[in-house]
Amino acid sequence: MSERVLVKGTEAIGEAAVRAGCRLFFGYPITPQNELPEYMSKRMPEVGGTFLQTESEVATINMVYGAACTGTRVMTSTSSPGFSLMQEGVSYMACAQLPAVLVNVVRGGPGLGDIQPSQGDYWQATKGGGHGDYKLIVLAPSTVQEAVDLTYLAFDLADEYRNPVLIIADGVIGQMMEPVTFPEFRDLNTLPKHESWALTGADGREKHIVVSFDIDPYVLEKMNLELVEKFKRIEAKEKRWEEYKLDDAEIVITAFGTVARIAKSVVEQARREGIKVGLFRPITLWPFPYERLEEIAKGKKLIFDVEMNMGQMLEDVKLAVKDHAPVEYYGRLGGVVPTPDEILQALKSKLGR
Amino acid sequence: MAFEVILKKPESLTQKEFTYCPGCTHGIIHRLVAEVIDELGIREKTIAVAPIGCSVFAYQFFNTDATVAAHGRAPAVATGMKRARPDLYVFTYQGDGDLAAIGTAEIIHAANRGEKITTIFVNNAIYGMTGGQMAPTTLLGMKTTTTPYGRSAENDGYPLHVAEVIKEARGVAFLARTKVNTPQDVVKTKKAIKKAFLAQIKGLGFGMVEVLSTCPTNWGIDPVSALKWLEEHMVPEYPLGVFVDKVGDEQ
Repeated sequence: MSERVLVKGTEAIGEAAVRAGCRLFFGYPITPQNELPEYMSKRMPEVGGTFLQTESEVATINMVYGAACTGTRVMTSTSSPGFSLMQEGVSYMACAQLPAVLVNVVRGGPGLGDIQPSQGDYWQATKGGGHGDYKLIVLAPSTVQEAVDLTYLAFDLADEYRNPVLIIADGVIGQMMEPVTFPEFRDLNTLPKHESWALTGADGREKHIVVSFDIDPYVLEKMNLELVEKFKRIEAKEKRWEEYKLDDAEIVITAFGTVARIAKSVVEQARREGIKVGLFRPITLWPFPYERLEEIAKGKKLIFDVEMNMGQMLEDVKLAVKDHAPVEYYGRLGGVVPTPDEILQALKSKLGR
Repeated sequence: MAFEVILKKPESLTQKEFTYCPGCTHGIIHRLVAEVIDELGIREKTIAVAPIGCSVFAYQFFNTDATVAAHGRAPAVATGMKRARPDLYVFTYQGDGDLAAIGTAEIIHAANRGEKITTIFVNNAIYGMTGGQMAPTTLLGMKTTTTPYGRSAENDGYPLHVAEVIKEARGVAFLARTKVNTPQDVVKTKKAIKKAFLAQIKGLGFGMVEVLSTCPTNWGIDPVSALKWLEEHMVPEYPLGVFVDKVGDEQ
């Protein structure tokens, strides 16, 4: 078992990727995620891998596409405006069924926005982002240890489903230092080789083709339906969430990532004041754990959704809760991180206290 | 009496029939690339990266592993492949809309990094697949569907000299501009393509051949006139020649 070490979130994600067997990292500088490519630029040569600083996010995602075509584990990271630039390539990768791990350290938006922590890219992450019918598996860590574990898992999910996996974090997770235990190094010989489809040279076999198109609409529809079937399999198997002090809760806060962390303090504070609050935290933003949240919502006084955006996950929360309980929202925008006090005050005002 | 095969289709082409228009020189260039891959014996270690444009179907014609890149991004896709698998040979096949307009950043930086890939750049001075719009390489005064009065320098700028721009990048190991409108030029183009692959095989850096090509359909003239038009109008604008050659003569 490895020892516990104190590391910064971005570097922890990088080291987890290396241990997961990632030996290729393409990236373009953008704040607040620069420590991750910087870490990789130092680390990749140490493990015989390649780090390449690219000319743009557009080039980056297409390099990721190219590397993924060969069936090799590959990763990039960026922040909001950079992820917007990557969307065309992400859509191509989803259609071509290419595995890769993408990291978006979300910052305040829209537009150039600012570099403070935000959750304003929830819709972009979970509802498409690029063109066409596709989904990304979206993982939202709320601690540095979880960022490590989910990064390690992300490569396996990407390979298993041949789909890009997105890790969505923010400047808080990225900059925070916490003690973590790293997983073991994967033996590179045990990684999936994707021999049935990868582009590795048609050596003694029929040529392989990886494309994201067909001009015949009936063929393209078949490709789409294959994706739909895959997304159903992912929905059935990969939903992840955390439940915190829900056993006797009358009020459920829904929150993900950084806000969920803050919400745990709110739960404690509220309970000290005699308000029975618990937390439901989706870990996979897609697939969203609708069924479990619906179950939990039954008979509750209030579902209180808190986010660092204008209420983006709120739509999924409402879809899950249906009419089992009232749903209210509180959020801060533009990169403002809410304090436990203000969240509790907002909750009390919704309760008429 | 036994028959002897003296001419056959290159192994690096599939049996799929070309979908190009009559008189389009894509077919000739495809065949040259395939012959070079055959002669170098690298078919089973090669990946083709097709572009967006008329040659989007190149992935079906080359008998190698293949993909299609997003518009203009073939050099980035090829970079990702080559960095993942340096033991393989990767080439992009791109038109002038793809490479010289939307894809200028990717081609310049791939060349400048000395990326060990090969690029076949087909310049026919027009967008073919989308129906004959102005390309960056469209000649001044040339009529297209988006320059109905002829390309004007004031409104549309000047024909882009891609090879001359790329030659400034220090990572380039081989760079030439050729044409395919006469048998002699076809032979010369094949030699250039071979060197552009050798630059990669020998690990010297980035190799590219800009091939002046025809588009009778969108130029609105017959195939024979198109070959002549290329000679009379494109060659004066785009001088032929070898711009960079670090490969040398021994092959």
